[in-house]
Amino acid sequence: MYVYDEHDRQMAAERVAQFRDQTRRALAGELSEEEFLPLRLQNGLYVQRLAPMLRICVPYGMLRSDQLRRLARITRDYDKGYAHFTTRQNVQLNWPALEDVPDILAELAEVEMHANQTSGNCIRNTTTDQFSGVQADEITDPRPYCEIIRQWSTFHPEFAFLPRKFKVAVNASEKTDRAAIRIHDIGLQMVRNEAGELGFRVHVGGGLGRTPMVGPVIREFLPELDLLTYLEAVLRVYNRYGRRDNKFKARIKILVKALTPEGFAEKVEAEWAHIKDSPTRLTPEAIERIKGFFTEPPYEALENASDLLARQRFENRGFDQWLSHNVDVHKKPGYAIVSLTLKKTGTPPGDVTDRQLEQIADLADEYSFGEVRVTHQQNVVLADVRQDRLLELWQAITPMGFGTANLNTLTDIICCPGGDYCALANAKSIPVAEAIQRRFDDLDYLYDLGNIDLNISGCMNACGHHHVGNIGVLGVDKKGEEFYQVSLGGSSHHDADIGKILGPSFAREDMPDVIAKIIDVYVDHRTEEEEFLDTYRRVGIKPFKERVYA
Amino acid sequence: MPDVIKADGSVRQDNWVVVPRPEEGESLAIPSDQPALIPADLWLAGYGHFTGNDQIGVWFDSHDEPEIIADKVNELPLIGVNFPRFVDGRGYSIARLLRERFGYRNELRAIGDVLLDQLQFMKRCGFDSYVLRADKDISQAAKCLNFFSQGYQAATDTDLPLFRRRA
Ligand code: HEM
Ligand code: SF4
Repeated sequence: MYVYDEHDRQMAAERVAQFRDQTRRALAGELSEEEFLPLRLQNGLYVQRLAPMLRICVPYGMLRSDQLRRLARITRDYDKGYAHFTTRQNVQLNWPALEDVPDILAELAEVEMHANQTSGNCIRNTTTDQFSGVQADEITDPRPYCEIIRQWSTFHPEFAFLPRKFKVAVNASEKTDRAAIRIHDIGLQMVRNEAGELGFRVHVGGGLGRTPMVGPVIREFLPELDLLTYLEAVLRVYNRYGRRDNKFKARIKILVKALTPEGFAEKVEAEWAHIKDSPTRLTPEAIERIKGFFTEPPYEALENASDLLARQRFENRGFDQWLSHNVDVHKKPGYAIVSLTLKKTGTPPGDVTDRQLEQIADLADEYSFGEVRVTHQQNVVLADVRQDRLLELWQAITPMGFGTANLNTLTDIICCPGGDYCALANAKSIPVAEAIQRRFDDLDYLYDLGNIDLNISGCMNACGHHHVGNIGVLGVDKKGEEFYQVSLGGSSHHDADIGKILGPSFAREDMPDVIAKIIDVYVDHRTEEEEFLDTYRRVGIKPFKERVYA
Repeated sequence: MPDVIKADGSVRQDNWVVVPRPEEGESLAIPSDQPALIPADLWLAGYGHFTGNDQIGVWFDSHDEPEIIADKVNELPLIGVNFPRFVDGRGYSIARLLRERFGYRNELRAIGDVLLDQLQFMKRCGFDSYVLRADKDISQAAKCLNFFSQGYQAATDTDLPLFRRRA
């Protein structure tokens, strides 16, 4: 994992001092609310329905155990003893006091953490695949490139006041896309060209919110050394020409659409031609240096523990289910990737207590070289667990509430905070998630249904990614009452797509029934090898409509 | 006379005025006794007329294209870039283009909704003078110009991004 040097430490300390000074001036009335707003947003502080909310950056989802323990302490000392893992691999506190935030940031800086640029109209946290570096099918580990982007985008003097927020995601797996790159402002797919050189396929202009779009490709191959100059060209075109007259039309996707992807690409290429060989061009040494932080942990030379695991599964059905669903194949023999699910029915998806944060830290130290990864599905991954210790781990996490064996199933719901916390909400989202989880509590049935992404947002802003859920649920306001609109067929993966709206919206108490009917249609129509999305794509929306509105 | 902050944090006064874009049908009101910044496109339109006059500079609004005077920038003693609202970040790109692409060497001034907490970004993008919004406390400018002792990126102020300094 990346480790700060004296430069990073110095800038982190200066940032905290700067925000302390800004907070003091804001409280003294020297900065108006409007003037303070972008300053506090770019330090993670968002003022919410019930209290300020602090979004802490977890660069591309990586956390060390000492950082988890510090987060636990902060939630205890400054908040109500719990935190929330977000869909952008960050951590959010829901109740900090404004005047405490500089102290919280200082405590974070001590463990090489920060809240820089986690809100506001700037370049946000770069996200990636939670299985980076441990899966067999990736082109290369994408995390060094994420760190390079993190450093370039941190306090970038030209791009701190963009028309709107700006999110970058990187994916390096050839077969899957766990980073949802096509719904980001810039999505970078790592590829090798015919000569075997490393580079990126560049997508620009994806995003959710009011006008959901899948990002088109604007460059098929960008050599790795050109990464930053090209990003700078994209950002400069956006900074200059993105709309600033209407907040809802200010994302880069609107500019790309207005210019057409080809027209936009031309503008970027023209800008890039000027700066391609500028000092911002990466050097092989700079990349190597960052790669040096993402070396393999000291793995032992092991064999796969297939016989042992077969015996243990046979003797223990719960373990068998968990192994099938929450454990993934590791590139090293004898190791496995474990997802701890934060989706226990009755707990808001992604919420953890201070105690649980410490438990996760202990698990990381005991089983996974002291590191974890946060996922955009709001779960936590132990990436390097020995196979012969999986049973022991499973026994340890079950009482902690991390063992719900529902990863990627219907009840592994992505859900925004919604009306319970969020001032912008049209409707609550957490109780809908919970009602659906209660309705579908039979694990065997869930497994039989296979992989289904169910995503819930409490309003059009789409924090819960409802557009790209195979089943999407959106809270809407109908004459002051909370209703829910359902869409089908979305995907955030390689085959990214925006879901289609099923029809008129439903009352909250009807939602479990509506979902059950949708599932029934799938079960009636599916062929043996089909997942939900396959069946939907084959039969279309009509049979679903007929059943649900019958 | 406005107080003008320099990149090193010192304050001096000068009497440059910013001449607003004239309304339809009106003509440019250039003062006779003071140096003036006029809209860049109007300077270009009256090009022959203004050449060699060191009492005339130009200003750009945030939606203007500095490209229009790309090959003439060093004929100007002073260029202003207006921030209509401090959250409008286009001026940063305009400044970098003027400096890094068109090679502008004379004074580059931030005008308009110029506040304290943006000064260091402006400096890094090539502005070397700043007219702070009147209600802001100019005594804090030097501190705000130097919150950070270094940056990660190359910009107008340095050709050495941190990754080149570390190597
Ligand atoms: C608690 C109060 C929150 C508020 C007021 C809020 C506000 C917003 C707004 C206004 C947008 C739309 C921006 C746009 O369309 O450009 C947005 C997008 C988003 N939010 Fe939140 N948010 C909140 C919490 C969260 C949380 C907890 C998460 C993670 C679970 C989250 C994840 C996201 C994501 C991923 C998007 C991006 C959708 C896209 O790509 O357009 N937000 N949020
Ligand atoms: S989707 Fe809407 S309701 Fe949900 S957190 Fe985002 S802004 Fe709030």
